[in-house]
Amino acid sequence: MSAILEVNNLEVLYNNIILVLKGLSLKVEKGSIVALLGSNGAGKSTTLKAISGFLPLEDGAITDGTIQFLGEELTRLSPHKIVKKGVFQIMEGRRVFEDLTVEENLICGAYTQKKRSKMIKDMDKCFAYFPILKKRYKRLAGYLSGGEQQMLVISRALLATPTLMMLDEPSMGLAPLLVEEIFEIIRQINENEGTTILLVEQNARMALEISNYGYIMENGRIVLDGPVDVLMGDRDVQEFYLGMGHGNEQTSYRNVKHYKRRKRWLS
Amino acid sequence: MDIFLQLISSGFLVGGIYALIALGFVLIYKATNIINFATGEFMMIGAYIFYSLMVYLELSPFVGFPLVIVCAALLGALVERLILRHMLGQPNISIIMVTIGLSSILLGLAEMIWGSSFRSFPPLFPRKPIILGEIVLRSNLFYGFVMAMVVVAVFLIVFKYAKVGVAMRATANDQVAAFSMGINVKTMFTISWAFGAIAASLGGIIIGNIGGVQPTLGHIGLKIFPIVILGGLDSIIGAVIGGFIVGIVENLAGGYLDPYFYGGVKDLAPFIVLLFILFIKPYGLFGTKEIERL
Ligand SMILES: Nc1ncnc2c1ncn2[C@@H]1O[C@H](COP(=O)(O)OP(=O)(O)OP(=O)(O)O)[C@@H](O)[C@H]1O
Ligand SMILES: [Mg+2]
Repeated sequence: MSAILEVNNLEVLYNNIILVLKGLSLKVEKGSIVALLGSNGAGKSTTLKAISGFLPLEDGAITDGTIQFLGEELTRLSPHKIVKKGVFQIMEGRRVFEDLTVEENLICGAYTQKKRSKMIKDMDKCFAYFPILKKRYKRLAGYLSGGEQQMLVISRALLATPTLMMLDEPSMGLAPLLVEEIFEIIRQINENEGTTILLVEQNARMALEISNYGYIMENGRIVLDGPVDVLMGDRDVQEFYLGMGHGNEQTSYRNVKHYKRRKRWLS
Repeated sequence: MDIFLQLISSGFLVGGIYALIALGFVLIYKATNIINFATGEFMMIGAYIFYSLMVYLELSPFVGFPLVIVCAALLGALVERLILRHMLGQPNISIIMVTIGLSSILLGLAEMIWGSSFRSFPPLFPRKPIILGEIVLRSNLFYGFVMAMVVVAVFLIVFKYAKVGVAMRATANDQVAAFSMGINVKTMFTISWAFGAIAASLGGIIIGNIGGVQPTLGHIGLKIFPIVILGGLDSIIGAVIGGFIVGIVENLAGGYLDPYFYGGVKDLAPFIVLLFILFIKPYGLFGTKEIERL
């Protein structure tokens, strides 16, 4: 297996002063689902924005490091060119075009798609995953429920037929049952369409359940990574990210800290 | 009664032409949030270019119109690329000042090239007035209206159904999300300036054909302003309906009230209607409020 995305030593600065990513590295293998986990403010969204080229839109900049996608450097490309290369990000917070209908939102998803016949076929595929969207086809996206909006933004991404799909907290604000459904569909997309997936989540349990590999980040760096079964077996991951207590032992942040040390020794 | 019908119907025709010019404002505002105070001058330049093609180069109108469309698109796109692109992220008031500056520059250029004297177009349409029962419609007004409506309809269709139209509306709705779809947002800005300039310049030709061309032809742009606000600045349908309302109100006020004053009611009336409507609907008739789900 080969990595289609390689991020090396990425450093990101906002407003020329706030250093948010401090030498972050990660790899995404072709055809895999990779989870990027971490607490609030760790820099997960920033990582995705750096890959998609969104940082300049928020007064952020990549000051060091490289982002290689299929051997090509992405760091200097503008966002629409990165989409054309096959990297599609589903942003945090369900950014549907509220004033546009469901249909028009889907057309926007297929914007880089040249063939109309292919778009229509892909739309049918979306309706197979999310039948409710077909019923809402002519409705303004702003009036959809939160769950339906999440389905719509995933469908938009499907219509772009990306090589790498990045999702930023698809579970945010959704009921548990719906979260489960959405994650199941993400898994199916990976399996049926062969789309490689980079998944940012707060909900570590759900994310790890469908992933092959996981990265855990703190404070702008990766502190721990490994295949999912290894991560799931790790006591600190269980304790801090999966919420399993270990009874008599004292929970302490130091336990996590030593991974940083280990990581540094290794690299 | 027949005076009333007469005033209403010619007001309606004028309103259709206003609608086209208002569209010139709205197309730009919707995508870029910039109020282009040079819209009137875009009209005037369009009219002069058309005049030159007709009179100096003696081209047929069927060649003249497409050429004006091309020139206007270039003018709009260049203004965006060379001037407004560099103003991205600047305070709104600075950007407005830039468009006002632009209007003075275009006005000055027009005087340099064409002088300040009044010129009229060679006849474009059949002279015969259109007579519908008791109503008599001036031919230039009538055909100008028809032309304006055709152009407005084309813009509406493009905006509603064409891929570029959907992308422009997406950009207007959420720029970052538009980028994430692979839409080149900056290109959308350029295209909306080109579209806005095309709408304005065709409106300029129609107005010039009715009343002649001089550098101050663009001052009518100020009259269009209440229309745009009335319709809700970012609404295309609003611009069209606002255009009709102002055209009709203005004509009725002019016909019935102006005889009792020294004139001027005609120009004042649209603003009174504007104030009244904004009092009831602060976002204009069709302006966007954020969608709020309860
Ligand atoms: N545009 C910005 N300007 C300045 N600081 C920013 C900006 N965006 C993010 N930050 C800061 O960067 C840090 C990381 O933010 P980021 O959104 O990447 O975190 P996150 O891991 O996605 O968190 P969450 O789980 O809450 O979404 C935060 O401290 C945040 O305040
Ligand atoms: Mg985030």
